Amino acid sequence: MRVEQIAVFLENKSGRLAEITAKLAAENINIRALTVADTADFGILRLIVDDVEKAKATLKANGFTVGITNVIAVEVADKTGGLAEVLKTIEEENLNVEYMYAFVNKSGENAVLIFRFEEMDKAIESLQRTGYTILSGKEICSL
Amino acid sequence: MTLYWEEEIETLPRVGLESIQLLRLQHLVARVYKTVAPYRQKMDVAGVKPGDIQSLSDLTKLPFTVKEDLRDNYPFGLFTVPMDQVVRVHASSGTTGKPTVVGYTKKDIKTWSGVMARALTCAGATASDMIHNAYGYGLFTGGLGAHYGIERLGATVIPVSGGNTKRQITIMQDFKSTVLLATPSYALNLAETMEGLGVDPKSLSLRVGVFGAEPWSENMRDEVERKLNIKAVDIYGLSEVIGPGVAMQCLEGEKGLHIFEDHFLPEIIDPDTGEILPPGEKGELVFTTLTKEAFPIIRYRTKDITRLLYDECACGRTFVRMEKVTGRTDDMLIIRGVNVFPSQIEHVLMGTEGVEPHYQIVVNRQGNMDTMSVEVEVSDEIFSDEIKALENLTMRIQADIKDMLGVTCKVKLVEPKTIQRSEGKAQRVIDNRKL
Repeated sequence: MRVEQIAVFLENKSGRLAEITAKLAAENINIRALTVADTADFGILRLIVDDVEKAKATLKANGFTVGITNVIAVEVADKTGGLAEVLKTIEEENLNVEYMYAFVNKSGENAVLIFRFEEMDKAIESLQRTGYTILSGKEICSL
Repeated sequence: MTLYWEEEIETLPRVGLESIQLLRLQHLVARVYKTVAPYRQKMDVAGVKPGDIQSLSDLTKLPFTVKEDLRDNYPFGLFTVPMDQVVRVHASSGTTGKPTVVGYTKKDIKTWSGVMARALTCAGATASDMIHNAYGYGLFTGGLGAHYGIERLGATVIPVSGGNTKRQITIMQDFKSTVLLATPSYALNLAETMEGLGVDPKSLSLRVGVFGAEPWSENMRDEVERKLNIKAVDIYGLSEVIGPGVAMQCLEGEKGLHIFEDHFLPEIIDPDTGEILPPGEKGELVFTTLTKEAFPIIRYRTKDITRLLYDECACGRTFVRMEKVTGRTDDMLIIRGVNVFPSQIEHVLMGTEGVEPHYQIVVNRQGNMDTMSVEVEVSDEIFSDEIKALENLTMRIQADIKDMLGVTCKVKLVEPKTIQRSEGKAQRVIDNRKL
């Protein structure tokens, strides 16, 4: 029940993000979600795409440093308090979040939360036990 | 079993070697005093006559020669023979001033190709080898110096020179190159290009690499050996002395390069005072040529920092060994009063798991404060999708550099392939200080 996420190293230089998205677009790769984590010197772009292998190959061919990490996608109702509820569960289950980001699916009914946990297996088990819907990579792309 | 090119002289007991050296030195000093006005003037000022050289230790009575002397006598002022006896000239690139020019008689070319053949034999090369010579051809002594040595050895030379890296790899595959001659930074460029092309170094016929012309660290040696799947040995030379083939690492010895002392007489001095240092101490390497005709040189200050090792070598050669050159007095950076050699930083980087051997040191001055940053490319191996992991890495390298040098620096991660690749000598330092 894991989703593959692409991570790309970025120096803080103008135009780098535009370049990456243009390269992916040229290869007909659809970006479902993205987030940038940054420091004073560099950034890390994290992407959920519909074709992980193709995206990785495209970016590598263009000289980027690319890594693939597993993340967990949790579907929650897009209503007030939806995120707070999940985070409360996470706290109660003693799960440590490395990072997270979110997007709303096309129908607008549900939000998808992307999590990277310190202990991924434990997190999947906890979230499933407490009744959350965990999406696969395929499901995310068909949303 | 050790291979020798000239076994008798290479294994001569030191007493015999020293008597040959003294005879040659006396002959040289007399000839230079007679034929080269600038040397004569300097000796007169120092109050020394050729007859004062009665033992090898009398060498210290002679004045030093420095790069400036070569520039002052540009282009041919220090040649000892008429130009009709000079068959070749080489010149340094002159990036830091006027180029320095050196010349060779027919006999000098023979001497040079002889020491170069000796050096290649030290690396285990024989007439059966296919030698890929990626040193630059032209005014630089590397390419042609090695070329003539390879021919003298009787091996096949591929005069590929520097650059056009993809074609070099095709040639290595098709011609089945067995020995690679290049700068260590270019060897890494080759390895990286192979990786990009999907060429497995194990599929090549390369056995050994003879690397020189720039200082490089032991960790970089390990990296080159691992990436190219070869044994990497060190060669040393400089155009002012003859070119490549002044000293060479053997396959049997643990460390150090044998100086071909029947032609080149080494000393180690304190670079500040010019005093001779006790055997085994680290200092600036100084050379006197014993057999050169067109452009002999007396007590030339190389600016290379090393020490001499007089213990016996497993290969049986009796020539003294110089430790791998890890720095030069002139690429030494002084950062907030601390001496820093780029090779020390390289050593730390290459000792860090996953760090690629491409780096650059940038020095700036902010107000009255020197700042040094080390740019390191992010490889797949060290990359993480977590900021924390990358920051831990940079902090660890910073701490290791601080431990080694006592200087605080900033490590900056940069995207792959953004640091310029070497086509010859790598540019490791960008010093933006206006001193």
